[in-house]
Amino acid sequence: MSTRLATGGRLLDTSKPLNFTFNGKHMRGLAGDTLASALLANDQMLMGRSFKYHRPRGVVASGAEEPNGLVHLGDEATFEPNQRVTTTSLFEGLKAKSQNHWPSLEFDVGAINKHLSRFLPAGFYYKMFMYPRSFWKHVYEPVIRKSAGLGAAPKTRDEDTYEHFYAFCDVLVVGGGVAGLEAARTAGLSGARVILVEQTDHWGGRAPVDGGMIDGASVDDYITKTLAALEGMDNVDIRLRTMGAGVYDHGYALAYEQLTDHQPDATGPRHRLWRIRAAQIITATGAIERPLSFAGNDIPGVMLASAVRDYVVNYGVSVGDRTVVVTNNDNAYLTAIALKHAGLNVPVILDARVLPEDRGLVAQAKALGIRVMMGHAISSVKGGKRVTSVEICSQAGEGAVLEEIPCDAVAMSGGWSPVVHLWSHCGGKLRWDTGLACFSPDLDNPPKGADGMTFVTPAGAASGMFALDDVLHDAFAAADGVLTCLDMKVPSGVTSPVAERREESPMAPIWMMPHGASAKLREKAWLDYQNDVKVSDVRLAAQEGFVSVEHAKRYTTLGMATDQGKLSNINGLATLAGALGADIPTVGTTTFRPPYHPISLASIAGEAKDHVFQPIRRTPMHDWHEANGAEFEPVGQWRRPYAFKRGGESTHDAVMREVTNTRQKLGMLDASTLGKIIVKGPDAGKFLDMMYTNMMSTLKPGKCRYGLMCSENGFLIDDGVVARIDDDTWLCHTTTGGAESIHAHMEEWLQTEWWDWKVYVANVTEQYAQVAVVGPNARTALEKLGGMDVSKEAIGFMEWVDGTLGGFQVRVYRISFSGELSYEIAVDASHGQAFWDALMAVGADLGVMPYGTEALHILRAEKGFIMIGDETDGTVIPQDLGLHWALSKKKDDYLGKRAQERSHMTDPDRWKLVGLETTDGATLPDGAYAVTEGTNANGQRNMIGRVTSTYRSPTLDRGIAMGLVLHGPDRMGEVLTFPGTDGTEYKAKIVDPVFYDKEGEKQNV
Amino acid sequence: MSEPVTALRGATDAAGIVQIREIGPRGMITLRGDLSDKATIKAAVAAGGVNVPEVRHCNTEGESGIAWMSPDEVLIMCPYAEVHARIADLRTKLAKQHSLAVNVSDARALFSVTGPHAREVMAKLSPVDLHVDAFTPGMFRRTRLAQVPAAFWMPQEQTFNIVCFRSVAVYVYDVLKVAAQPGSEVGHF
Amino acid sequence: MLTIHCPNCGITAEETEFHAHGEAHLKRFGPGSSDGEFEGYLFMRKNPKGVHFERWRHQNGCGKWFHVARCTMTLEVFGSYSAQTYAPPQDILDHIENRRPGWQESAT
Repeated sequence: MSTRLATGGRLLDTSKPLNFTFNGKHMRGLAGDTLASALLANDQMLMGRSFKYHRPRGVVASGAEEPNGLVHLGDEATFEPNQRVTTTSLFEGLKAKSQNHWPSLEFDVGAINKHLSRFLPAGFYYKMFMYPRSFWKHVYEPVIRKSAGLGAAPKTRDEDTYEHFYAFCDVLVVGGGVAGLEAARTAGLSGARVILVEQTDHWGGRAPVDGGMIDGASVDDYITKTLAALEGMDNVDIRLRTMGAGVYDHGYALAYEQLTDHQPDATGPRHRLWRIRAAQIITATGAIERPLSFAGNDIPGVMLASAVRDYVVNYGVSVGDRTVVVTNNDNAYLTAIALKHAGLNVPVILDARVLPEDRGLVAQAKALGIRVMMGHAISSVKGGKRVTSVEICSQAGEGAVLEEIPCDAVAMSGGWSPVVHLWSHCGGKLRWDTGLACFSPDLDNPPKGADGMTFVTPAGAASGMFALDDVLHDAFAAADGVLTCLDMKVPSGVTSPVAERREESPMAPIWMMPHGASAKLREKAWLDYQNDVKVSDVRLAAQEGFVSVEHAKRYTTLGMATDQGKLSNINGLATLAGALGADIPTVGTTTFRPPYHPISLASIAGEAKDHVFQPIRRTPMHDWHEANGAEFEPVGQWRRPYAFKRGGESTHDAVMREVTNTRQKLGMLDASTLGKIIVKGPDAGKFLDMMYTNMMSTLKPGKCRYGLMCSENGFLIDDGVVARIDDDTWLCHTTTGGAESIHAHMEEWLQTEWWDWKVYVANVTEQYAQVAVVGPNARTALEKLGGMDVSKEAIGFMEWVDGTLGGFQVRVYRISFSGELSYEIAVDASHGQAFWDALMAVGADLGVMPYGTEALHILRAEKGFIMIGDETDGTVIPQDLGLHWALSKKKDDYLGKRAQERSHMTDPDRWKLVGLETTDGATLPDGAYAVTEGTNANGQRNMIGRVTSTYRSPTLDRGIAMGLVLHGPDRMGEVLTFPGTDGTEYKAKIVDPVFYDKEGEKQNV
Repeated sequence: MSEPVTALRGATDAAGIVQIREIGPRGMITLRGDLSDKATIKAAVAAGGVNVPEVRHCNTEGESGIAWMSPDEVLIMCPYAEVHARIADLRTKLAKQHSLAVNVSDARALFSVTGPHAREVMAKLSPVDLHVDAFTPGMFRRTRLAQVPAAFWMPQEQTFNIVCFRSVAVYVYDVLKVAAQPGSEVGHF
Repeated sequence: MLTIHCPNCGITAEETEFHAHGEAHLKRFGPGSSDGEFEGYLFMRKNPKGVHFERWRHQNGCGKWFHVARCTMTLEVFGSYSAQTYAPPQDILDHIENRRPGWQESAT
């Protein structure tokens, strides 16, 4: 059984006990524990079930590479699935639940799958669930989803907050082990701006567990001393619980800081995502130990040798009373020695190597009286929910059992793999290190930055340096090299610390244990614990032709899911290489993609949630609209009132009322969102003649003209009324959505094509609140406000005048988008609400009502006015809309003119704008297509037109619509058929698009 | 005429790790022209009450000042009540120069963020190096603040003034409050 | 995410302040041009694997356009220069030649 020892635990604060629950069971741990160490201290080795076969699984590792120990943490608003027990700091009141089991962790029905495992090989789902196709959605997928998969999705809204932080530095050091500390110290001493991040809650990494002496003192002393030095440097920021998550182009790096996960009651954001721009990055990310592939290596109690050591030394936890150590290298002997020092039993060390002599750690272990069997291996581990014994065989053979040794834990070591993820994220290449049997950074092919130079340097174990002295020297050299790139220097007198060296024998690559393991053994030898991928699966994939490592990964699921194969990848590659008869570097690795370890989605969103999810643009009268029944609609980021509802009326009724009231009495529209762009200069007229299809240079000061804008492709992009202010100044109104884009469009042509033209442009959209005062009573209302002459004589239709109304400085435009007598009045935005109030007051006995965008749409559609975005969709040219009158014949050129001469643009078969009137008065469905006889190549009915705008017109008491129809204007009176999506067919007659006041008398009074 | 009303009527918030205040209304004039032309410089100085600043800098004195916006644009600041007169004066003085002076006072919202953590709060929202050696009082930076364009400067250490569009004043105020939430000190600078 | 230098205001900032607008140094063809010329102007783009001249705008900044010479393969940036020019300046070309000897031959 696993238990807490009486002594040991360098990270623990034994004075601070903590209570927590696992599957509802109350347990106790200590401050400094991870959830993994606390569970082990409570003899909770069984922590979950595997993905596919629901096999019992215990913790394997002690860090981020852990594949099995995934739990649900918290509940309701703090619920989070797939949290690693090894990276979760224990806190008072922590609630954890195991996942992927039913009905309970101890007894799981899905575990039947393990007896079926012969029938669930690699690619099983692909092969089995192909046919019949309809079964996938209703039978296969629901069943698979229930039985496979990891954690559950949260059901409650996340109440925590998250943030970003933009940081800049000369040197970012990722990893706070001795390599990272040394690199940060060296860089810091030079005066460089340094950020050092460490993913765990403690500094020093593995080195203090593995022991040794640095400059004649203990590793712990070195860490304490170095930390003190770093903390004393103003130019260095050091952060625990902050993981270097990804390295991207041009020195961009993400670091993920967990602020309150370990102290849920603390105020402030839960996670902070650091968006760092570093001139240079040092990846001191350490190395991860590899499992060995032997039968039964997934039974709870089989763990990495380094993890067993970590639990004893860091947390004072014994994972078992009798631990068999199995290894292909010297390093695992440290575990045997640590266990022995803790008073625990190590029945045997099985070393797959045959060494000529006992040196270093091997000699030390033997001196402690530990039995060492060279050239031996595990044939099979026995046990169900816990290891009970191991069967021993020769590594060289096929697995004939020589001896069975009772034990309750197995510590395995297949060698170490440098953590090369961050090096690889942005293009750093790898090389195969034959001596260490691992991929390490290829320093000749590093990631390169904006200047084409190296910006990532690995240090320590991450660059394949495993001996303490090598690690320190490498870290110092990495910092030195990075400083050189920055034109900085290590101060004279600063040198690398020196560590005591151990005698070491070389490791031996062992990819299968025993070497000639039978098919039966291979079927029980796990490569990927999280995804239930075994040696036999990878071999099968190779046999079936999945020779590319990327294909084999997807076919077998090796290295997928939340751990992305941190433990399994190299063993998997080696197995694939073996099956293909290729060498490992030829097979290569799958791609390393950020993040290194899962980060919360919410941290990526940062502050952008709830009320600040996106910017909402408000006009100066927004609050009034909100208080007066406005139902808003988004127009880009603006919120515009769609309709103002009164009492219990429906939105539709409100819209109908607003249209009728505007036609009969007086309506007011908040038109502030319309774009307003000032264009000024000696060449402004010439410039606007290029921007608009119409002639704007001939417009007289004081006059307005409706204009069209096209792109160079000839397509309509915007429209609006242009007013000439004075000799060299024009004011261009754009659509609401076009204000920024048309301003940018103008600047683009001025800056990149006609840069010698003397024109200045300014976007003054938000300077003004603009109110459309519309309807037969509009003039009376303005006269009541008083201050200026608003008669037809003083301001004719399509004219503008500056003046005062009711004491407000205003600019009044006589323009109409409704066909009614209409004034659009601009006032400085800071007076917008007051001006609106004044208008409402004088309009009270004239029947004034505000109206929204839907009434605006109906009013314009009744008049046959087009709307950008309804009648246009980026493929429509003015000629399609019968707007020939707005295309100047006198101009040699305007943007889009040449394109409109292309053969497709002049094709007489282009669909053209017409009005559509249903034969029974109904309203056509939006976007409906008109069909004709016959079918196209796809068997669909031939189409001859489509609806672009359709409304119920209260003025005409019927449905009205506009549409683009083949030869439309030549087919007046013809009735077209529009199938609805509900099976009904609509009949509509082609008519003139102007439904109301064709002569335009009402707006010109 | 009515009293001018700013987007947030001078809202303030001190619940978090900095003090956030909507200030203004402030007179603001966009002046575009040849910034090397003596008459243009002279007119700008008269309108802004300070010297035309260097590239990416601003000179401010109380409510008056000039900020460098781009190679052919400055933002002139003055008391709100004086803006129309100053524009008229600019237009008269620059009648012969190719230039453009427009009132943008009402198109903008102006905020101040004050306190020992001001740099941190700003660095949560803008992708700008705000280290004490990298961004100093007198500099003027146009960038984005979370998802909207904004410009800021430091009238003095521990204070940022932020200019944004009026329509997004509520967003900017809210997002500053989120960035300044209690317990969110970073301790980086 | 790239870092880009704006030659108009002198700021070097992350890509989120900028907007890319495609190939640089296009010659406009208007009315009177042949179909071939117009097609080339409107549609034909180089899309090279390697050295590329691009138009960018400092959108969340000074608002000005400029040109960037960049490697589409490695993302190395060779330099930024004025938008008010018909061809890359000599110092940029020299720098590219230095970093990618013979690039013009391989680009054709």
